[in-house]
Amino acid sequence: MKYAYYPGCSAESTARDQYTSTIAVARALGITLVEPEGWTCCGSTPAHQVNHDLAVSLSVANLQKVKELGLDMVVSCASCYSRMKAANHAVTADPETRKKTAEITGKDYDGSVRVRHFIEVILEDMGLTKFKKSLTGSLNGMKVASYYGCLLVRPNEITGFDDPENPVYMDKLVKAMGGESLDWPHKTECCGAALTLTKPEIVVKLSGSIVGMAEGYGAECLAVACPMCQINLDMRQIDIKSQTGKDYKMPVMYITQLMGLCLGISKNDLGLGRLINSPEKIMAGVVSHA
Amino acid sequence: MESVENTMTITIERETAGRSLLEQVKADSGVDINLCLQCRRCSNGCPAAEFTGASPSEIIRKLQLGADKEVLNDEFIWVCASCETCFERCPMKINMAGVVDSLRIRAAAEKAETPSGNMPLINKTLLGTMKSFGRTYDLGAMILYKAKTFSYFRDAGKFPMILKKGKIALIPSTGGDKKTVKLIFKNIEKMRKH
Repeated sequence: MKYAYYPGCSAESTARDQYTSTIAVARALGITLVEPEGWTCCGSTPAHQVNHDLAVSLSVANLQKVKELGLDMVVSCASCYSRMKAANHAVTADPETRKKTAEITGKDYDGSVRVRHFIEVILEDMGLTKFKKSLTGSLNGMKVASYYGCLLVRPNEITGFDDPENPVYMDKLVKAMGGESLDWPHKTECCGAALTLTKPEIVVKLSGSIVGMAEGYGAECLAVACPMCQINLDMRQIDIKSQTGKDYKMPVMYITQLMGLCLGISKNDLGLGRLINSPEKIMAGVVSHA
Repeated sequence: MESVENTMTITIERETAGRSLLEQVKADSGVDINLCLQCRRCSNGCPAAEFTGASPSEIIRKLQLGADKEVLNDEFIWVCASCETCFERCPMKINMAGVVDSLRIRAAAEKAETPSGNMPLINKTLLGTMKSFGRTYDLGAMILYKAKTFSYFRDAGKFPMILKKGKIALIPSTGGDKKTVKLIFKNIEKMRKH
């Protein structure tokens, strides 16, 4: 199993932990990830609000690099995933956009690179049976609320990820790892991360409702796959506490970090020290059978 | 949650020379909002509606009635978090998030009122870092944004902890293919001028 891995800008900054845990998990599972040399920003949240052609071209520049490698593109950031899928859709659906993008980037691109999320690769290409065989530990009944957010699942006719209203991919991984996957209602509610600088008061309300709901369903931690959701839900618990008095101390972990715990990967490689709400307490429950 | 009111007031300024905003949005985004049934599924799932008093279906109605200025100055278009719940649930497959992107672009071009929080500024500073380094430099963009909006002290208390945890990069990345990104920005600028 070999893929071109597009880390995205957050991998070098706010989501270094998602990056290192993804690399370590891939290695443990025998998945080869090749980074396209000189990858650049996909345009993410600002470009599409400012100029449609800019947004498409910034993503296409990376898809072109991956096309040369002849591999599927694997992404771990939900925002990059969404932008890459949107760019593929834009050049495939409209010949005029394809022509214009070629003029802007200096190269023609046909929209043919398959874009996958790391979770999809494990569930769809590797399969849960093989994944389970690689595990050296178990979450041992840990109650996990899988939170998918917006960008992976919507709009589903463009991203094609699982189900837009009730996705279960992360839940399946949690169950395979011996955890208890919670059936809860806020899996795909928006946490408001995009407004973190401009409208923090709204962000605190939206995040508070998600963390509160998870807590109400008995969650010991939230599992996420998006760097913006992660830092937002983790960091905003400080404001939730100062504004509502509720101190959730809810660890917000990347699904790859949870996977790493069951693959015997070190705390350091998983970047667990970077989490704001410490997972120490729940980690004590993880059982190793290696 | 507060219930969404069943009434709205629409102000229409009489001066529509040239193409209406509705037509411009259709040309920019390729989305035909005249397909809207006003079923309000978009508005019922919209996280921005609760905080702005506006909603996607209402914006559509206003566009249809030609209240262009009112729409461009509505804070709603900058409180929309692009969560795409509206598009996902629309029975007519109207890409409302795409419409909102077009409205943001038009609002900037028409020099509409600067919304509170100044989202256009954070977009500009983030894009500026992409242009310079080929990759986003979030700390740099944040510092510029905070300097220009005098909001240094908001969330400043969390900063030492974020630094200590290594949760943000201090210096910009150097690995990106800057040449391609610079070419893209240059060509976009050239097209914009034409």
